Amino acid sequence: MENNWKVVMMKPDDNVAVALGEIPSGTTVRVTCQDRVFDLELIDPIEFGHKFAVAPIRKGEDVIKYGEVIGVASQDIATGQHVHVHNVEGKRGRGDKANAK
Amino acid sequence: MPNEAGFWGYRRPDGKVGVRNHVLILPTITCATQAAKQITELVQGAVSFIHQHGCAQVGVDYEQTFRTYAGMGMNPNVYGVVVLGLGCETHQARNVADHIAQTGKPVEVVSIQDHGGTLGAIAQGARIAAKMVQDASALMREPFDFSELIVGTECGGSDACSGLSANPAVGVVSDMIVDRGGTAILAETTELIGAEHLLANRAVDETVAKRVYEVIQAMENRAIAMGVDIRTGNPSPGNVKGGLTTLEEKSLGAAAKAGSRPLQELIEYAQTPNKKGLVWMDTPGHDIEQLTGMAAGGAQVVLFTSGRGTPTGSPIVPVIKIATNTAMFEKMNENMDLNAGTIIDGSESIESVGQRIFAEIAAVSSGKLTKSEILKQHDFGIWRIGPTF
Repeated sequence: MENNWKVVMMKPDDNVAVALGEIPSGTTVRVTCQDRVFDLELIDPIEFGHKFAVAPIRKGEDVIKYGEVIGVASQDIATGQHVHVHNVEGKRGRGDKANAK
Repeated sequence: MPNEAGFWGYRRPDGKVGVRNHVLILPTITCATQAAKQITELVQGAVSFIHQHGCAQVGVDYEQTFRTYAGMGMNPNVYGVVVLGLGCETHQARNVADHIAQTGKPVEVVSIQDHGGTLGAIAQGARIAAKMVQDASALMREPFDFSELIVGTECGGSDACSGLSANPAVGVVSDMIVDRGGTAILAETTELIGAEHLLANRAVDETVAKRVYEVIQAMENRAIAMGVDIRTGNPSPGNVKGGLTTLEEKSLGAAAKAGSRPLQELIEYAQTPNKKGLVWMDTPGHDIEQLTGMAAGGAQVVLFTSGRGTPTGSPIVPVIKIATNTAMFEKMNENMDLNAGTIIDGSESIESVGQRIFAEIAAVSSGKLTKSEILKQHDFGIWRIGPTF
C-alpha cells in the first residue's frame, strides 16, 4: 500500500496515533509500531499534531499513548476517528467530579 | 573552549561560577520596582525586574518570597546587588541583603523612605550600581568544566510535538550534563501529574520516591479543593489547538525532558539543589513562576522548549529557546534559538539535536547572547502559596 502520510504511534499498546501533517478525511493510512501494523481509513480530517484512533475505543475505556493512560473515552470512538477534547476526558485533577459526588 | 571540554565563566567569592556578570537592582517590595527600573535606565549593565509582592505576606508564603528574592541576588550570574526597599514593608531590604552577603559578593541597601524619596533613592542606587558595573567589567572569564553548571529545563506553549522532538532532545542533554558531573533541574510539578510513577521509579531511595507522590498529590489537591477540572487551565487553549487533549498526555511529553538518569532529590521552590545530577524542583507549570524558581535556585542557564512559541526570558539567566516544530521556528525566529522540528521533519535524530543543544549551552555559557536576552525579556514572577493580609 502506498503511504506518503507521516504518522507516529509511540508504543505497541497505544490505541491512538499522531498525524505529522494535515491529513484529509477519507484518506487510508498505514500506522506501524514495532510488530503492529494498522491500515485504516480516517473518518475525520486530522490536523498536524492531532490524534486518531487505530482501534475502536468504547466509552469508559482508557485512551493509551506513550504506553500510558492519557484519559478516558467520554463516548464510543471508531477506528480512524479524531481523538481529542470532544471525546476524551482527563482523569486527574478533576475537582469538578470530586465535589459532585 | 567553548566546546565539549567546558565553558568560560566568572568565578565568584563563594566558589560558584557565573555565566553572566550582572549588577542586579533588587526591589524587595512592589513600591520600589519603578525606582529600580529607573536605575537600570540610567546605568548600563544594571538589570532589574517588576513584581507585585513583598508586603503583608505571612508564614510559608512570606518565606517562599524571601527565598526567591535572596536567591535572585545569590545566583552566580550576578556580580553584585543593590537591594532597593521602601522602608516599611514586611520583606525588609536589610534582611534580604544580609542573606545575599553570605556569598561574599558586593551588596548594598538603598531605602526610598531613608534616602530622600524616589529621586534621592534613584540617585543613590545609580551611583552604587555604576561603581559595581565598572568593577564587574574588569573581571576576566576563566575556563570551567560542566560540573559547575546547574541547567534548568522548562517547556511552555507545548504542542503534540513537544513530547516527540524537543523534550526528548532536552532529555539527551540532561543526561549529558549529569554524566559530566553537573546538575539538571526538572520542574513543573503540575505538568508531571500522570507521569509521576515513571519518575518515582527512578528515585535514588524510598524517601525521594515518597516525596514525588506527595508533591504531585498536593498539586492535584489544589484543583480538587477549588472544585475545578484542571483542564480549564492546563492544558491551555493553545496546547489543545496543538493537539494535546489532557494534562496526563502533556505530562508524559513533559517528563521526557528528564532524560534517563536517577532522580537524586526533590527540592522546594527557589531552593538551591543540595545534590549534583537530576533534581526535581516543586514548581507550578506557569512559565514565568517556574523560570523564576529555577533562577532563584541558582540555575545559570535554562533550556526552554516550545511548540506554540514564547518570548519568555529572565533578567539574570540566559534562556535557550528550542522549537518543537519547524513551522513555528520559522514564524517566531526572532524569539527562538534552536529548531528541534528537524526530528519531526525526519532530517535529524533526537541524539543529534541533543548534541546541538549541548554545544549551544557551551557557547551561551561562554558569553553568546540568547534571543530573549537581546530582546531584554526580563520576566519575573513568584509562585504565591498563601493570601496577602
